[in-house]
Amino acid sequence: MLARLLGPQKRNLWFWIFTGPFVLGLIVFTYVPLLWSITLSFFDARNTVTPTHFVGLSNYATVLGDSAFTSSLLTFAVFSLFIVPATYALSLGLALMVHRLRFARAFFRSVFFLPTACSYVVASLIWKMSIFNGVRFGLANTVLRWFGADPVAWLSTTHPPWYWLVIVTVRLWLQAGFYMVLLLAGLQRIPRALYEAAAVDGARPGWQTFRYITFPQLRATSVAVVLLLVINAFQAFDEFYNLLSTANGYPPYARPPLVYLYYVALGQGQQLGVGSAGAVVLALIIAIVTVAQARWFGLGRKEA
Amino acid sequence: MEPGLARFGRALRAVVLVALAVLFLVPFYLLVRDGLSTEADITAPGWSFFPHSLHWGNVRELFDDPSVPMLHSLWNSARIAVLTTVGTLFLASLAGYGLARIPYKYANHVFYAILGSLMIPSAVTFVPSFVLVSSLGWVSTLRGLVIPTLFSAFAAFLFRQYFLGFPPELEDAARVDGLGYWRTYWRIVVPNSRAVFAAVGAIVFIGSWNSFLWPLVIGQDESAWTVQVALSTFTDAQAVNLHELFVAAAVSILPLVIVFVVLQRHLVAGVERSGIDD
Repeated sequence: MLARLLGPQKRNLWFWIFTGPFVLGLIVFTYVPLLWSITLSFFDARNTVTPTHFVGLSNYATVLGDSAFTSSLLTFAVFSLFIVPATYALSLGLALMVHRLRFARAFFRSVFFLPTACSYVVASLIWKMSIFNGVRFGLANTVLRWFGADPVAWLSTTHPPWYWLVIVTVRLWLQAGFYMVLLLAGLQRIPRALYEAAAVDGARPGWQTFRYITFPQLRATSVAVVLLLVINAFQAFDEFYNLLSTANGYPPYARPPLVYLYYVALGQGQQLGVGSAGAVVLALIIAIVTVAQARWFGLGRKEA
Repeated sequence: MEPGLARFGRALRAVVLVALAVLFLVPFYLLVRDGLSTEADITAPGWSFFPHSLHWGNVRELFDDPSVPMLHSLWNSARIAVLTTVGTLFLASLAGYGLARIPYKYANHVFYAILGSLMIPSAVTFVPSFVLVSSLGWVSTLRGLVIPTLFSAFAAFLFRQYFLGFPPELEDAARVDGLGYWRTYWRIVVPNSRAVFAAVGAIVFIGSWNSFLWPLVIGQDESAWTVQVALSTFTDAQAVNLHELFVAAAVSILPLVIVFVVLQRHLVAGVERSGIDD
């Protein structure tokens, strides 16, 4: 019996010696919290992590009826509408230009990749205090002054919502280089023979080869990049928190889902039941978005 | 395309690339410029690209300022990043090897359970994870900041993919010499896989040093602040001292710039590998 359990050459035992510690940790720190959270979402739990009394779906009703929650979803939608196409276009542009360089290729790749090493906290600090500082000595306002324009309070102006410019550019700077590296790897995998064949068929280098060879061949990489961009935009927290919160608290606008959750679950009142319901709803939304996107792009379908 | 036009295209591309490279470097420059300027120079109405003089004394002032726990928060970040990197590499590489190389009837099920957790965005689980960690009494402790982050499905996945492509001849030779799985792994496989350990290690180290939400939620007492939490709190302070803030931020990214420069080749390889590949 024991011998069968251990398997030939005790392989089963060895399998679990290698993977057991990792799997156990994953269960304890990912799956257990998830189940606990689903449980808590049906209970009243304020300032406590143990379910007190069952309230059915009322936490869900509270979250879905909370205009702050629905507006956080809208904030995410607006944010991803800006950041996903902007990052994809910039990363692709950088990758195409760097790919065709004959010299200094490693140098340019390093320069565009370097912001990956910077934290969102530090980048937000540079954006908030130096570039987009609302007072006169900010860099953006200095540039405006050269053109005779008045200084703008970038982060506190809501009409027009200038804060989006600050929020989008900081993430664009931080992540464009990372996706450029992914796309560069994709470009390197395109067989050279395809370009030679296209040249024989009379395709002009430039737009035509990009349109009919490069872009279709990059499909798998592009789908992966867009999926990652959307998922990461959904989880945005660091730059929103660091750009917009002040000593007086967080302003009522530009609150993405995680900022909402942070203040509901961990702010005053610690409404962990409501926060858990919010987390479950968000997890469901991201699962649906991911699956829908994968379907839409036909992920897993073989390349032609 | 005529040669003249092609040459023009190449020149245009070079100009655009150089301009973008300068734009990408400006924020780093601003960080150092403001960090080494006096408060008066930073807030001067006339913006100058080059500061009047460099004040290296700002670094000293930062570490001497008793109201800023700079040294302690750097120490916390360093301990957390090193422990997280070592722990993640140990756990994820073993799991990746087991999944790739040890035949087991339910290996696929285990693999899907790991992949599935990759689908659960870690940030969406921060509320339940906080609940768990606080019920363990780990708030504001090193344990609470490190242990829950050690089980990276992403790292295990990268190691599994790598070990699937590891040449089996080396292990077969070890087997003939009578080495079991454990000793084969440590004596043959690990020493021949330094590049992948460097790649995953660099990614994990950078991620850990820069992470913000988890340390913000768990490191509530000042004694448990990481450098990111300290900087963030410092930015929000009512009376903020700009040159000190910038020099602190510059000091905080220095270790990463070093890791980045030393391990860049591995880092790029790791990122490329992380692209969803068939």
